Amino acid sequence: MIWIAVIVVVLTLGAALAVLLLENLLAAVAAASAVSLGVAIMFVVLQAPDVAMTEAAVGAGLSGLILALSLRRLGLTGLNITLNRGDTDA
Amino acid sequence: MNESIGVVFLVGAIGLSLLGIAGIVLSNHLFRMVLALAIAEAGANLLLILAGYRWDAVPPIVDAAYAGQPMVDPVPQAMVLTAIVIGVGVQALALSLVIRIRHRYGTLDMRQARHRMQQDIDRAAGVSPPRSAEGPVGERPLPAPAAIADSGGRHD
Amino acid sequence: MRSLVTLLFLGGLGFLLTVIAGILPFGDPPMLVGNTIQQTAADELGAANFVTAVVLGYRGLDTLGELSILFAAATAGGLILGASRARPGHAAGFILQTGADLLFPLLLIVGLFIVMHGHVTPGGGFQGGVILAAAFFLPLLARPEETLDHTWLTVIEGLSGTAFIVIGLVALSENKAFLTPLFDKGTLGEIVSGGSLPLLYLAVGLKVGSELASLLARLASDDEAAS
Repeated sequence: MIWIAVIVVVLTLGAALAVLLLENLLAAVAAASAVSLGVAIMFVVLQAPDVAMTEAAVGAGLSGLILALSLRRLGLTGLNITLNRGDTDA
Repeated sequence: MNESIGVVFLVGAIGLSLLGIAGIVLSNHLFRMVLALAIAEAGANLLLILAGYRWDAVPPIVDAAYAGQPMVDPVPQAMVLTAIVIGVGVQALALSLVIRIRHRYGTLDMRQARHRMQQDIDRAAGVSPPRSAEGPVGERPLPAPAAIADSGGRHD
Repeated sequence: MRSLVTLLFLGGLGFLLTVIAGILPFGDPPMLVGNTIQQTAADELGAANFVTAVVLGYRGLDTLGELSILFAAATAGGLILGASRARPGHAAGFILQTGADLLFPLLLIVGLFIVMHGHVTPGGGFQGGVILAAAFFLPLLARPEETLDHTWLTVIEGLSGTAFIVIGLVALSENKAFLTPLFDKGTLGEIVSGGSLPLLYLAVGLKVGSELASLLARLASDDEAAS
């Protein structure tokens, strides 16, 4: 039981460090969603399912969506990949 | 379930809060500040839930399998429910402000944006920007080259 | 210089938090209020989910404050962002369009399920409201040329917020405090139980869902200087 907790905590702290150190801002947004997901798992282990559902829906889902949309509006998505829009792969 | 699981979770919560606050203070990019704010809020909520945990307890819900076991404290969970939703509201407002700053000043670097904002304020108030005594003042003439050649010739 | 002061501050904050964590009786909280709530919430409120009982029953005024904060943040965000104009005209691919068409009814059902079962299972207005907001926002991603009708969303948001306050005010007419749960308690664990708690959570869920959908639609649109 304790090894699950250690692994989840280490992964969450690693993702939090990645948010501060990554150059690509879209990757930083993904790391922030990973932090919220790790915290939601910790909430489940701590016997708080209501809070875990709220954190997963709001932190990983809605907060990540808001951050990614504002990145698109700022023009900072910067993956440096050119996609042909309108093709079969969206 | 021994004592050290508490230590592990507390280290995680304190680490997340410290990383979030460090990100807010030390980052130069406004967007990264908002991301660090999200991390700090997650850490603080985790610390609140940790305060209500009980050894060998069940979640505070009465279902068919409940038989009078001790439950986890429901009051911190209600507070954290509120705090998570308020956190996403604050993040949305902060992102709107970041978008407007980028639209108005053309940059997201904190020092550049602050410098241009200060220039705007000075221009609107009608005062000239403050000049430091060490920086080069525009109209002060440079020293004559003859004095430099004089002192340079003293070395052997 | 700034880094040095920051490190000192962080060291001090870490020391403070560690000392507090050391004093904290982990695993054995005093539970001054929690014990009373555990013993009396099932009989007094009829809600099987005690967190719902605390959020809507014992601390209903805090939920009203939270709704006000969310309303202020969403309104201020919409005001700062300005009017939503046309979005970037990239037509979404086939996968996104079909996926959004399939997911929209599923997300609606799941969101309404979580909202209505908030007092029996883990869930409630906020979680279900977020899922409803995602359900209404997903077709906007798939079909960028369509716009969302903001008037309908504003009407739903205003009506559900008013419904929350009106349900609370009805308790005043029976000489009880504001936001006291009303109606019959029903049997524990059924969906029709807990008096007015499901109605309150329905109002909260619709309000949060429409608010966040409107905010997301404004964020997704572009302004005139799309750089």
